[in-house]
Amino acid sequence: MAARVGVVTFPGSLDDRDAARALRIAGAIPVALWHGDADLRGVDAVVLPGGFSYGDYLRCGAIARFAPIMSELVPAARSGRLPVLGICNGFQILCESHLLPGALTRNSSRHFICRDQLLRVESTATAWTGDYHTGQEILIPLKSGEGSYVADPATLDELERDGRVVARYAGAAPNGAQRDIAGITNEHGNVVGLMPHPEHAVEALTGPSVDGLGFFTSLLAHLAAGPVPAAATAR
Amino acid sequence: MPEAPQLDTVAKAAGSPDSPQPFAELGMKDDEYARVREILGRRPTSAELAIYSVMWSEHCSYKSSKVHLRQFAEKAPRNDALLVGMGENAGVVDVGDGYAVTFKIESHNHPSYVEPHQGAATGVGGIVRDILTMGARPVAVMDALRFGPLDAPDTRRVLPGVVSGISFYGNCLGLPNIGGELGFDSGYIGNPLVNALCVGVLRHEDIKLAQAPGPGNKVVLFGATTGPDGIGGASVLASATFDEESHAKRPSVQVGDPFLEKLLIECSLELFAADLVVGIQDLGAAGVSCATTELAAGGTGGMRIELDRVPLRDSRLTPEEILMSESQERMMAIVSPDKLSAFMDVCAKWDIVATVIGEVTDVTPEEAERGGRLVMTWHGETVVDMPPRTASDEGPVYERPIARPSDQDALQADTPDQLPRPANDAELRAQLLRVLAAPGIADPSWVTRQYDRYVLGNTVLATPHDGGMVRITDDGERGVALATDGNGRYTRLDPYTGTQLALAEAYRNVAATGARPHAVTNCLNFGSPEDPGVMWQFAEATRGLADGCRELGTPVTGGNVSFYNQTGSTAINPTPVIGVLGVIGDVRDRLTSAFPADIDDARLYLLGTTRDELGGSAWADVVHGHLGGLPPAVDLTAEAALGRVLSAGASLNVLAAAHDLSDGGLAIALAESALRGGVGCTVDLTGDPFVALFSESAARVIVAVAPTADAAFQETCDRHAVTATRIGSIGGDALRVRHATGGFEIPLTELRTAYESTLPSVLDGE
Repeated sequence: MAARVGVVTFPGSLDDRDAARALRIAGAIPVALWHGDADLRGVDAVVLPGGFSYGDYLRCGAIARFAPIMSELVPAARSGRLPVLGICNGFQILCESHLLPGALTRNSSRHFICRDQLLRVESTATAWTGDYHTGQEILIPLKSGEGSYVADPATLDELERDGRVVARYAGAAPNGAQRDIAGITNEHGNVVGLMPHPEHAVEALTGPSVDGLGFFTSLLAHLAAGPVPAAATAR
Repeated sequence: MPEAPQLDTVAKAAGSPDSPQPFAELGMKDDEYARVREILGRRPTSAELAIYSVMWSEHCSYKSSKVHLRQFAEKAPRNDALLVGMGENAGVVDVGDGYAVTFKIESHNHPSYVEPHQGAATGVGGIVRDILTMGARPVAVMDALRFGPLDAPDTRRVLPGVVSGISFYGNCLGLPNIGGELGFDSGYIGNPLVNALCVGVLRHEDIKLAQAPGPGNKVVLFGATTGPDGIGGASVLASATFDEESHAKRPSVQVGDPFLEKLLIECSLELFAADLVVGIQDLGAAGVSCATTELAAGGTGGMRIELDRVPLRDSRLTPEEILMSESQERMMAIVSPDKLSAFMDVCAKWDIVATVIGEVTDVTPEEAERGGRLVMTWHGETVVDMPPRTASDEGPVYERPIARPSDQDALQADTPDQLPRPANDAELRAQLLRVLAAPGIADPSWVTRQYDRYVLGNTVLATPHDGGMVRITDDGERGVALATDGNGRYTRLDPYTGTQLALAEAYRNVAATGARPHAVTNCLNFGSPEDPGVMWQFAEATRGLADGCRELGTPVTGGNVSFYNQTGSTAINPTPVIGVLGVIGDVRDRLTSAFPADIDDARLYLLGTTRDELGGSAWADVVHGHLGGLPPAVDLTAEAALGRVLSAGASLNVLAAAHDLSDGGLAIALAESALRGGVGCTVDLTGDPFVALFSESAARVIVAVAPTADAAFQETCDRHAVTATRIGSIGGDALRVRHATGGFEIPLTELRTAYESTLPSVLDGE
């Protein structure tokens, strides 16, 4: 039976349909989850999509963190059980929820940036990247105004040491992200935050490549492999 | 607004017929005010005066343009695809399989000069609500932008602000920005043009119209609360000439909240899907005044509104200010009483404030005869009692004086023929690079990379290609393509021909994506209608567009007129911006403008005929700062034939790329296609290489053809009687030009530097 993967819609979520489409193309059954329901509907994994949840007022992701659905999601994700991929605004929400360390700040150019971005996959030891190989370069869209990853030096060192940098911008980070970090994972490898949008690189017709599909097929392979925490299987 | 210390009621108005009223300050002429008194049989209350002043403003009433716009309907070609024509919020075009699309372009020029970020942002918001109001899901936006010279200090204030406003609002709404225009000319320095286009998709049966039938039905205002922003915007900003005091008008510009608009879109679509509304209208210019009078006039003619029930952001607002407020992100719906509870539940789900502010009423035959009856009360006292149709549909209509400008003959006589042309290959080469680097031609990425083109996941083509294209559903391959074009220089030289050239270019751009052009929208940006010379330009332009649309078989489905685009007495070059929408059965057949790097020895053809036509050209402008002579000739029969070749060529898969020739002629088209494909080309020119490279003759495109498709391509061209001239081959890493007496080459790296450096060199760090 195909995996059921939830996509949460917050007020102001924009790429929720796109995440659902990408999951469908990968072979999963997307399940719509509503921010106001404290109910994960028994899904096998969750995608927090891009957008401007709550208008990005106060701070990107800061209000979404308190949505009822998060009260179910956070403990399940923190325990290592539930695979969660936060894309763009979803990454910001994961940081605000303290499921991932650090924060996303305004691009160094101060402008919104929409471009086809080359990334280098740094870790395949997560629930979402097992289908790639380490060092693989992939081309997927980046589109964000506050995508510059920052953390204190000790945290950055720890991420590097533990192999928790999932992807880096190839060449210089277009948004000023520290150590060119585009995506990171938690200590279990089940929670991944990624600034660029793999769900927009799943069809040759509408994307710059189909390189983004791997995030979603990786998840399905991971789920098919059983309930063992990703970190234990992939390393 | 003047102070209104005491409530002005209908009773009071009847008892004080001679009380002086500030109609002139609200932009009304003496005879317009006299007509209001005649309609009402008394002086208007200050609330009624507010309604008439905004509804009869140039912006809302089209009083100067109406007599000219009629020909769009009178000359409209028969097109079975048109489901809703002009007059509604936007036209609706059938695209097959039960789907339809609606699209429209609108200006937000003056607000964007006063406060570039919010002015441009709310321009996007307004056009998106127009599309939503038709019952459609908005699926993409485009914007046509024109500024003063790139290096002018004020352009560095206005351009980044406008771009950040569009980026902020459009990105946050989740609508892909799939293309548009970026132009520069000294005439726009105190009056930028910010024209925003939106396209939406709906099922045939979901078309919504602005009407309020059914006495007893409730009038519901939903969305944002009403505040003091934009008060007087319609009458003061959009309908008066700009002057030094513009900056003092800042509070007249509305402030946008795209997050709320996103919720309003989702909420409205859910209301439509559940069939919970009878009629709907967005609140744009003239706010509550416009929505109530138009909805009432479109229904029974009767409506009763309790103005004090309008939720306010500032409790001090007077009835007049509520009527004139242009607060954004508001809609008005007509809802039958038995569905009101379900309506309110959907609004609550999306955290949208919704308030019943009145109901539809019956009218007597006498009242209907007078134009219906709209009554508004303020805490029980009647402040408005008027026939709504007199405000919405029966405003003044002017036959403004028309006079061909006295300098028109001299301008046309000053042809580009006496301009020095490049004397040798080195000069040709240098001038090609110069034109390529000109701000209006160079790479617009500094602007377009700030727009999300991917969201919704259906963008098939976007900037920099000739047109934008979106797939209209996830589960099918049907799509629509859109392009906007306008050239104020051509239109200044000859408004009739210039407007047809804009239409032809947009038509050609859509055709160059492989889609079949179907329908037209327009944003007519002109100077003051009180200037007979401007009105002559307007009359010629509208006549040209109506004639052109008839000939091409593409009806005008709607549009917008923006007058008073001038600074002091100096008008902008007349700038009609024409949007064309096309349909493609299978988006996988779309053509791009990038030369194919993966086909060995692809052949390069020029379709169409090149003549010595350099009047109004980019070359004359960039190299000589010259504007004179006549624009290129128009041949709409040739454009239509070209369109058929491109459409057939795309669906038969005989074309590997297509790019239209426009500003800068063949030289620029070759450079752009080479840079986009990352592969060079070699062309052999016959005749005068300068004319071949820089002429802007219309009805031309370049196409790339794989050797294996050559026979089928020739056959397609023959069938549609289009001349195809083999001009070279694709390959290498340079643009190589050869002609009878020599030639030159420019490496792609050098082309790229020229093309990509211009905007960043001026705008970075802003």
